Amino acid sequence: MTFKNIICPVCGASCDDIAVDLGKGNITVKNACKMGNAKFQEIVSDHRIRDPLIRNGGGMKAVSWKEAIDRAAQILVNAKRPLIFMGSETSCEAMEVGLHLGEYLGAVVDSNSTVCHGPTAMGIQEAGRVGATAGQSKSRGDLTVYWGSNPLESMPRHMSRYAVYPRGYWTRRGRFDRTVITVDPRKSVTAENSDLHLQIKPNSDYELISALLTILHGKTPHPSVEETTGVSISQMEEMIEIMKSCNFGVIYVGLGIASSFGKHRNAEAAFNLVKELNNHTKFVIGALRGHCNVAGFNQIASYLYGYPFGLDFSRGYPRYNPGEFTAVDLLRERDVDAAFILSADLVSHFPAACAEYLAEIPVACIDIAPCPTTMVSDVVLPGVIDAMECDGTFYRLDDVPVYFQPFTSSPFSFTASNEDTMKQIFERVKELKGGSGN
Amino acid sequence: MTETANMIIRNGYVFDPLNGIDGEVKDVFIRDGKVVHDLTAAERKEAKVIDALGKTVMPGGVDSHAHVAGAKVNAGRLMRPEDHYKTVRSKTNLTHSGSGYTIPSVYKQGYDYAVMGYTTVFEAAMPPLEARHTHEEMRSTPILDMGAYMVLGNNWFIMRYLREGDIEKAAAYTAWMLRTHKGYGIKCVNPAGVENWGWAQNVHGLDEANIHFEVTPREVIRGLAEVSELLGLPVSLHLHANNMGHPGCWEITRESLKIPEGLQPHSKMDVAWSETKLDPRRQQTVYLAHAQFNSFGGTSWRDFCSGAEGVADYVNQVDHVVIDNGMVPFGPGTAMTGDGPGIHDLYMLSGQKWSNTDVELECGSGVIPWNYLKSSPVNSVQWAMGLELLLLVKDPWKTIMTTDHPNGGVFTKYPEVIAWLMSGKAREDTFKECHKWAQDRSSLGGIDREMNLFEIATITRANQARTIGLAHRKGHLGAGADGDVTVYDLDPTRLDVNDYATIKKAFSRSEYTIKDGRIVASRGDILSVPDGRRFYSSPFVDESLEKDMMADVKEWFKYYTLGFANYPVPDKYLKNPVPIAVNQPLEAVVRR
Ligand code: SF4
Ligand SMILES: [Zn+2]
Repeated sequence: MTFKNIICPVCGASCDDIAVDLGKGNITVKNACKMGNAKFQEIVSDHRIRDPLIRNGGGMKAVSWKEAIDRAAQILVNAKRPLIFMGSETSCEAMEVGLHLGEYLGAVVDSNSTVCHGPTAMGIQEAGRVGATAGQSKSRGDLTVYWGSNPLESMPRHMSRYAVYPRGYWTRRGRFDRTVITVDPRKSVTAENSDLHLQIKPNSDYELISALLTILHGKTPHPSVEETTGVSISQMEEMIEIMKSCNFGVIYVGLGIASSFGKHRNAEAAFNLVKELNNHTKFVIGALRGHCNVAGFNQIASYLYGYPFGLDFSRGYPRYNPGEFTAVDLLRERDVDAAFILSADLVSHFPAACAEYLAEIPVACIDIAPCPTTMVSDVVLPGVIDAMECDGTFYRLDDVPVYFQPFTSSPFSFTASNEDTMKQIFERVKELKGGSGN
Repeated sequence: MTETANMIIRNGYVFDPLNGIDGEVKDVFIRDGKVVHDLTAAERKEAKVIDALGKTVMPGGVDSHAHVAGAKVNAGRLMRPEDHYKTVRSKTNLTHSGSGYTIPSVYKQGYDYAVMGYTTVFEAAMPPLEARHTHEEMRSTPILDMGAYMVLGNNWFIMRYLREGDIEKAAAYTAWMLRTHKGYGIKCVNPAGVENWGWAQNVHGLDEANIHFEVTPREVIRGLAEVSELLGLPVSLHLHANNMGHPGCWEITRESLKIPEGLQPHSKMDVAWSETKLDPRRQQTVYLAHAQFNSFGGTSWRDFCSGAEGVADYVNQVDHVVIDNGMVPFGPGTAMTGDGPGIHDLYMLSGQKWSNTDVELECGSGVIPWNYLKSSPVNSVQWAMGLELLLLVKDPWKTIMTTDHPNGGVFTKYPEVIAWLMSGKAREDTFKECHKWAQDRSSLGGIDREMNLFEIATITRANQARTIGLAHRKGHLGAGADGDVTVYDLDPTRLDVNDYATIKKAFSRSEYTIKDGRIVASRGDILSVPDGRRFYSSPFVDESLEKDMMADVKEWFKYYTLGFANYPVPDKYLKNPVPIAVNQPLEAVVRR
């Protein structure tokens, strides 16, 4: 049987046109890119975690679901200051339970965005963000700028669905109706396919954006900026000319901006540049979010509690101070004494000091396949694959929420979804605390 | 919790405008969450009794225009941590924690409204593509009954149909969209102008056609007003007029309000009607949002003045208009609207951080922080204008009190606004503190009208309910109405309006807020947290018309980045949904 209009749970593009044929032990996937396809294959893979596991001496042993849930809850209840970390390849519904659980326990709740586009969110808090849903660039966009982003690797269908190739209302000739500029220190594939490539020196984004702003304001930047950025002033002027003369321009910033020197200041500067460009023509900017539902955590945490990530509930109300209440900092400073991790491999992706500390403290996690994080965990609960085995909500890169429906169901009798698992843990936590309430 | 939800609210001074009750001492009875004439002797014994002796009793407050849920509101939350640090709410056994002053997080928002005596709040603008987000936030909002108007004034399908003069298909499309996204009625923001904002432009006159679609604001306003009446929607067209926030915009506002003249209000809902003395059906064909922002006088910021008299004069002359004022009570606000170009203009003025989201094929939005200062000449005039609009329009059934939360100010300032409306002394004292332009450039100083509690009840609940088509169950205390009742610690027989601090205090924290016959808040504390209802309109048109329209929709759907199958809002995004059957029994939709 073929299922259509399935949503891919891998990157922020949230492609919603995937067709899936599920056979016995095999799956055929249409329309997905390589990255997407690989994830769909997980559903039939043999390294899927199928049993609840708990640490037993040096190794792990399979236990009953009930016991595993109890152990996970014990870890949370016995901690003074637990960290609850919500990965991005899961639903808003599961994340919401995580936030409620964190509030109940007085924990810190953070998400993937802390290590990817957290600085971008902080840039928004400084400057605001002039953006649009992806369909605007599809129908109107005649200039696409990839800044510190390489969509061909991080969001393979971005160019074809949203920004470069699609034939929209005023862009009937697709790529031929568009100019593409890439700003990237690397000669990436995206850069090679661009009309203009500014091969900027690493960590000089802030300087380049400032110089562009200077030119936009009709002045000439100090010549030293050429040395600093590796880009000639004439090239900068050319870029500003192209930007001013387009009808609808869009910049997609990637991690090249969020994680190079300057971090949220880079994002802030880019947002300010786009604000000013709107005095000349139509211009918008968005983040190329490499992970599926990072945007979702930002959204639900903001509407439920008021801040987009790194929420500390230890005082009984939400507090926010990136650098203090964010996951990397808490682990590096050894400021938490237990961790609960949903669908994220922190041990691989966090700095070594954090990974080492995770190996020291009690950790419970939910995951679909073994990874370094499951190896340091004391409890491992089998994960359910969102958008394939259960329904829920993702927020796309442009903050448009999409509702996904599964084409099969959870392979486990004990849980229907990660949301369900989270709820079961929360119930057990409440039992252990002998309380009810929120 | 086990609840019989039978209740007697005893001996209060009752203000129930839709039933013509003006401060009579009366008992209010509630059975199973609904207002009834009386309870049986047995029920009386069991009922929860509230002693309202010496207190003011009104129907639960209804806010018909506030920005409380959805993408743009949340863009405001996300970009303004500074709005959240200092205003926090701790969790309790019963309630969630939260933060935020002008843009509170949803739990806090629900509790804050309930504490003030409000039980129903409508979101002012829901972009269809992002409707799932609006519904998610409403689903998480505690206590309140809610609904959301859907933004259609710059929608490609609507503009195409209106340009072709095909009002029937526009109606069919609207019907389908309201069902698909669980929207309540039609919101029209800067008609034809926001589409131009897709090219960094705007429109400035009612007869200026926009780019490509070549439709004028006049055609969109007339068309959508007609669509509302053709379908028989509960609420009329809800209009945010063009040129908002520009000196001199009062004239285009008056001209916009003239456009639906001659149209008959026609709401055709299949609902149970509770008892009211006045006609509970809406009388208007256009409901103007935040009139203050649309009533600027002068020609520039230098000769800026109030244009409220011009708008109020017109409203006094006609019967087809209701306005809400969009008061500026001074203090921090967050400007947020579907009027993307309007917010860009504010950015040009202030240079503040600014967020914008254009929504493909549909609409736009912008957000910018704003602090209204008593020392600012323009802000001081704006303050005066918000009051002028409510005091100059003679018939309170044509006005509604709002702050266009959080645009003019935060909704928790309503008690202060009530104090200004009721007390000339309160206004005088503010005149002394604010810039003299408030005196010199508005007519407020010469107005001595002081509203009474009956009028306050009209403009804070009764007229809201009637205007948006909810008076069959909200905004009054007739038999059959929802058991939403607010008791304020205010004795009308001892009321001294010069002592306006007492008025403000009484309206800030209800003695009791009762929802569906159950106490939800008392003196600032939340006592129970029921889930509210979500109202939406479910209009149908004849099948053949719908089929023709759907063919067009499918043809153009390729311009969206979301597939047709993934476009609708599934039921699971709504808690306690209450669809209102519209155009039932089915009548052919034909332009008359
Ligand atoms: S681009 Fe992203 S969402 Fe689309 S198929 Fe590839 S991995 Fe999946
Ligand atoms: Zn508004």
